[in-house]
Amino acid sequence: MATLTEPTPAIELSKDEILRYSRHLIIPEVGVDGQKKLKAARVLCIGAGGLGAPVGLYLAAAGVGTLGMVDFDTVDFTNLQRQVIHGTSDVGRPKLESAQATLSEINPNVRLVPHPVRLSSENALEIFRDYDLVVDGTDNFPTRYLVNDACVLTGVPNVYASIFRFEGQASVLALSGGPCYRCWYPEPPPPGLVPSCAEGGVLGVLPGIMGTIQAMEAIKLILGIGTPLKNRVLLFDALQLRFRELKLRQNPDCPVCGAHPTIRELIDYQEFCGIRGEAAEPEPPAGDEVTPRELQAWRQRGRPVFVLDVREPHEVQIAAIPDTTLIPLGELPRRLNELQPDRETVVYCRSGQRSARAVRHLRQAGFTKVWNLKGGILAWADEVDPSLPRY
Amino acid sequence: MVMAVTVHIPTALRAYTDRRESVETEGGSVGEVLQQLTAAHPPLRPHLFTPDGRLRSFVNIYLNDEDIRYTGRESTPVKPGDSLSIVPAVAGGR
Repeated sequence: MATLTEPTPAIELSKDEILRYSRHLIIPEVGVDGQKKLKAARVLCIGAGGLGAPVGLYLAAAGVGTLGMVDFDTVDFTNLQRQVIHGTSDVGRPKLESAQATLSEINPNVRLVPHPVRLSSENALEIFRDYDLVVDGTDNFPTRYLVNDACVLTGVPNVYASIFRFEGQASVLALSGGPCYRCWYPEPPPPGLVPSCAEGGVLGVLPGIMGTIQAMEAIKLILGIGTPLKNRVLLFDALQLRFRELKLRQNPDCPVCGAHPTIRELIDYQEFCGIRGEAAEPEPPAGDEVTPRELQAWRQRGRPVFVLDVREPHEVQIAAIPDTTLIPLGELPRRLNELQPDRETVVYCRSGQRSARAVRHLRQAGFTKVWNLKGGILAWADEVDPSLPRY
Repeated sequence: MVMAVTVHIPTALRAYTDRRESVETEGGSVGEVLQQLTAAHPPLRPHLFTPDGRLRSFVNIYLNDEDIRYTGRESTPVKPGDSLSIVPAVAGGR
């Protein structure tokens, strides 16, 4: 296959680099020419998180010459369980600063290009044009579709992976005539239906496995060796330790990469994904929510309000509000008979998103006095009981 | 003739199949298998089908390694020993 970059005469390896990369140089498929291709390559990693961490670490170690990273977030304690590019002393620091410090220690020969911005329809094309390859390690559907469309429009291949709990997906998309993400999933799920890692959790090793697969595919594409993960999707199930492969076809009717594309420029991806404004979830109408302080005051005044926990049993082990009843959201439809439709009920979860869905469901089922606990148990820990652990 | 087919359930939907990773079910076509599956596990139904009974666009169904969109959708015939995979869109990465 054609390679993404060709070593220019200007690219040379120093004596130090020859020593550093010697285990590459003695592989016939890599050699000095391959290592020069890596040095000439410009890879953009979207996100310096769970997937971005192993991608960044291994591509820097491998000697990719230019490594861009897009992230606007700061390091948080909850990141450290999987984002191994950051350490405990980095908490509170911008992720790109922390990532750069780690990567320049691993390999000072790499030119690191930070893009400390939120990737958007306004900046994506301009950023992507300076790179040979994009590695997608984002965590939400609007950015997934934005990265996909920007890759198709700029002709930059997209090394894709996505994770949830114990499962991962990976593919090489938008590679010279191959399928794109929209060929596979023409439309995103409505907001709130598919839980995010923050809501659903992820085992920390999983992004390590999927991210290193992305790094391997990126290096193969740069070197032009082997068979890329194109026209197929790799599914990984960590619990069964099973890899499966599915066929992925280019959809001739694909709105962005098909024969007659209708999307010729970047669109509003928040709107496309059904998300409006800043909030990730549509706000329920006023009067549907109570704050933790209000609930506490109701209880202190002896109001007989029933408090329903719609989280999963393992979350209750971490922290729970006292005197509450657990029915996980997924079991709620078939366990409505355990609840009283005319009783005052406050529903809570971790951050208030799942419970908002439970409130909507209960109202549709005829419950009239139902409120969502605003901000969930996290807000309860902030406002009422700071001794509760946050997660 | 009735055929036994293994349906692989993704992590995100196992809450609706009593945590089972795969479910043995029967049917002569992909559509029949999915009907059997959702009849046995009714809470799964709204995650796979719209209220008017169409497969949701963000859930891909594979018969073995083929996307059923390219093999006749729900009328795709199934054989004993086939495996059907439900592959929903997943966005996590950070």
